[in-house]
Amino acid sequence: MAKFLIVDDSNSIRQMVSFTLKSAGFDVVEASDGVEGLEKAKGDQFDLVISDVNMPNMNGIELCQELRKLPPFEFTPILMLTTESSGDMKMRGKAAGATGWLVKPFNPEKLLATIKRVVR
Amino acid sequence: MDIQALAKDVPAQGEQSLEGIDFITNGEQYLTFMLGTEQFAINILCVEEIRSWEQPTRIPNAPIHVKGVINMRGVIVPIIDLRIKFEVGENTYLPSTVVIILTIEVEHDSKVIGFVVDAVSDVLNAEESDIKKSPAFGGSIPPEFIAGLVNLENSVVTLLNAEALHKIEKHQPNGGNKS
Amino acid sequence: MTIDLAQFLPTFLEESYEGLETMETGLLNLQSSEDDSIHSIFRAAHSIKGGAGTFGFTQVTNFTHLVETLLDEMRDGRRDIIQSDIEILLQSVDCIRLLIEADRNESVCEDESINNVQILLNESLKSANTQTINESEDTNDSKSTNQQSWLIDFIPQPHLVQTGNDPIFLFNALADLGELRIICNTSELPVFSDIEPKELYLKWQIQLSTLSSTEKDIREVFEWVEDECILDITLLGTEAAVDKEQDLKSAPVASEPALDIKAAKEETTRTSLTDNDKPQTSAKTKPDVGSIRVGVDKVDILINLVGELVITQSMLSELGNDFDLSKLEKLTSGLDQLLQNTKELQESVMRIRMLPISFAFNRFPRLIHDLSIKTGKEIELVIKGEQTELDKTVMEQIGDPLVHLVRNAVDHGIESKEVRIANGKSPKGKISLDAYHMGGSIVIEINDDGGGINRQAVLNKAIEKGVVEPNSTLTDSQVFDLIFEPGFSTANEVTDISGRGVGMDVVKKNIQSLGGRIQVASEPGKGSSFKVNLPLTLAILDGQLVRVGTEVYIIPLISIVESLQTKTDLINRVSGNMLLYRLREDNVPVLPIYQLFNLEADNIEIDNSLLVVVESDGQKVGLMVDDLLAQQQVVIKSLKDNYQQVDGISGATILGDGSVAMILDIPGMISMALAQAQVAQKTAHNNIEEVV
Repeated sequence: MAKFLIVDDSNSIRQMVSFTLKSAGFDVVEASDGVEGLEKAKGDQFDLVISDVNMPNMNGIELCQELRKLPPFEFTPILMLTTESSGDMKMRGKAAGATGWLVKPFNPEKLLATIKRVVR
Repeated sequence: MDIQALAKDVPAQGEQSLEGIDFITNGEQYLTFMLGTEQFAINILCVEEIRSWEQPTRIPNAPIHVKGVINMRGVIVPIIDLRIKFEVGENTYLPSTVVIILTIEVEHDSKVIGFVVDAVSDVLNAEESDIKKSPAFGGSIPPEFIAGLVNLENSVVTLLNAEALHKIEKHQPNGGNKS
Repeated sequence: MTIDLAQFLPTFLEESYEGLETMETGLLNLQSSEDDSIHSIFRAAHSIKGGAGTFGFTQVTNFTHLVETLLDEMRDGRRDIIQSDIEILLQSVDCIRLLIEADRNESVCEDESINNVQILLNESLKSANTQTINESEDTNDSKSTNQQSWLIDFIPQPHLVQTGNDPIFLFNALADLGELRIICNTSELPVFSDIEPKELYLKWQIQLSTLSSTEKDIREVFEWVEDECILDITLLGTEAAVDKEQDLKSAPVASEPALDIKAAKEETTRTSLTDNDKPQTSAKTKPDVGSIRVGVDKVDILINLVGELVITQSMLSELGNDFDLSKLEKLTSGLDQLLQNTKELQESVMRIRMLPISFAFNRFPRLIHDLSIKTGKEIELVIKGEQTELDKTVMEQIGDPLVHLVRNAVDHGIESKEVRIANGKSPKGKISLDAYHMGGSIVIEINDDGGGINRQAVLNKAIEKGVVEPNSTLTDSQVFDLIFEPGFSTANEVTDISGRGVGMDVVKKNIQSLGGRIQVASEPGKGSSFKVNLPLTLAILDGQLVRVGTEVYIIPLISIVESLQTKTDLINRVSGNMLLYRLREDNVPVLPIYQLFNLEADNIEIDNSLLVVVESDGQKVGLMVDDLLAQQQVVIKSLKDNYQQVDGISGATILGDGSVAMILDIPGMISMALAQAQVAQKTAHNNIEEVV
């Protein structure tokens, strides 16, 4: 069963993403900021990481950079959850090593359809 | 399996058994009780419990038919003496005096009220067609309380209207306050 | 599969309101852009906007977008933090609150402040950048109606997989659009020994046969990798030479199904509020039951206590199985244990409903801030004891009275700067809020260092209103208590902050209805102090049991001044049948409970009887009883559930022996006594008239 790591400081977003993914049969681990996310990542194997960009303590971009430094996460798909669809965001994400992005507002169906591009 | 026999052995704690329950029936079932020598009945679905009489805690300046309140498993239940309210029989309080606890629901407002009666009798089956209209005149009981009359062998049973009982304390007291 | 997100709505709302508070507190304290709090303010706005979009709260989303943009510029340093912006943002917080309510009720917010603030925001942003978020689903430009065949050349750059992307999955996603036929081109693959394991040397050619997808859809699948590949998409044709392997004889479904899918997609974009209308409306109209956040530690304590209770119960149960008098000692100790367990359990459960008063105090920094500006007075707010806990319901109901008291302090208490300076005071007025536990109550103090209450003005107004006799002598505290009379206000003009004269008496009434009381003290020129006393909980009462005849009643301890045995020479009869008892300097009217309740008492003579002196609303009354019994905590049960409101009785309780006892309503009894006295006077009067 595929295992995902969800990192977001917003309770409601985290719950919704979790719920959607679990309903689809995925295993989900949650973290509320980048630091916690990194900790959880180090302790486990994940098929996908979905992270918000704006978080306290360590934001999504930083998290992505840190994850890419860890061997197990070299090829792991990392998606940024963001409300900005500007080109700027894309550039920053890619520079940090992100695989792609998901734009909020959050649409469960679209989320599931989109993550197909990086997981089975 | 003899259901009737089983029913006889059924009394729960603090309750009296309801004998002779006929489980195979049409229409509705009513619990009959005595006020003085007259027979009354109330829809059995309202009947929560039957208790023996115990002196309730008095409510200051309450009408004389409101005897007070009792504690029923943590719930405060008012006790109303129908014999006084309906001016039927005598309000004696003997070891045989009984209180019927009714749970009456009217428009999502549920009330638990206890009514003092002289005795509890059988369960009566009556269908819609058995219930006759009560004469509009005479009698000490305000007509809104009466749902109708049912013939039982040679006597008559007055069916009481549960909804009216729900609002009973809102009625003006008969006989007024003790001053 | 439609996923119902409605269950997350309460969380989102809670989160959003908290976020708004964070924004407000942060904004009030924001000094400079070095201040870290600008980031948490931004994040709060960002979260609200994101969540709002998910639930289709478009009014919130659109408005908050402006706020977020402004905050973004501020946190990035692209914009200095200036006071006027902070003001606009503070007002925006209020607006967002209104909009959340509006969107939640699916209504349009008509409040003009929304428009005004929006204009201000836009002006500040200096750009007419009010474009709505383009987060709505892109509508398909060219809706295909026929089978279309596309040729896709996908040539990824070698480092593609290092971004976490994998062509296999991309093709998977592509398969959602239609039928695929994929040909892999390995021509670039080097010799094995030369292969870099982390690099990709393959390229693909894909034939996609699709009914409804457009080029845009196809590009979207590759959107994350578009900079890392060459992507050529060509339309081969409609109903073109379809490869044998793709057998799609399905009737070319017309535009309707395509539209339907789109429409359905739109629906689901609007999130949870899809097909089921009924459950949705019922969910919307269901009255808010309310919720409480409880610390896990409190819950753990409860669990432990219940565990101990279970142990005690089984111990007692076992004792009861085969009981004989030799086990009496064990029984008593077991019962003691039970008492201990229940007490601890009760305290613990009460604590669950207890929240720190900071929730109620939180609104005051903002309030003072706004009032300061409005009145032009400089005011410092000091808050102490905000961790003091009290019952959630009490706290919710004490909020408004507290606001009124604070407003009153600002408006009438604190003098203007000039007056203060002229009187040698510091130009900045100080208002302090304090809360602490005392006995079984919580005390809330509102103090100001303003000019104090003008005794003479209050007295004059009271005389003018006929509340007091012109020549009566009143103590200071009695005069100050007059401000709680209805219709009382000595403010000459009615300011819109307070002073309309409907305030103080309502405050007092509210506090009393919670079982509390309010006292005021004041010193001219120095300031005023309001003390509000509230019970810690509404469901439990500390009571004094008394006996009158065969009846047992409960008098709330909080109202009892003292209990005494009457001395005949201190009894005075006035106006024929009113009994007064001299208690120090006061003449306390005697209320014989037996008379009020029409009971038979042991003692109906006032001489040498037992009097419980109680106080309500500043009025002292002596209740005549036959016996003083125990003092205990009682659980208040309502008579209204199954019966109705009874004059003179505030509720009932169940005593240890299972019997019911009535709890006296002191103010109610006083009213009853007054009424009875009036009736008696009238009859006496009529009798006299008849005689005459």
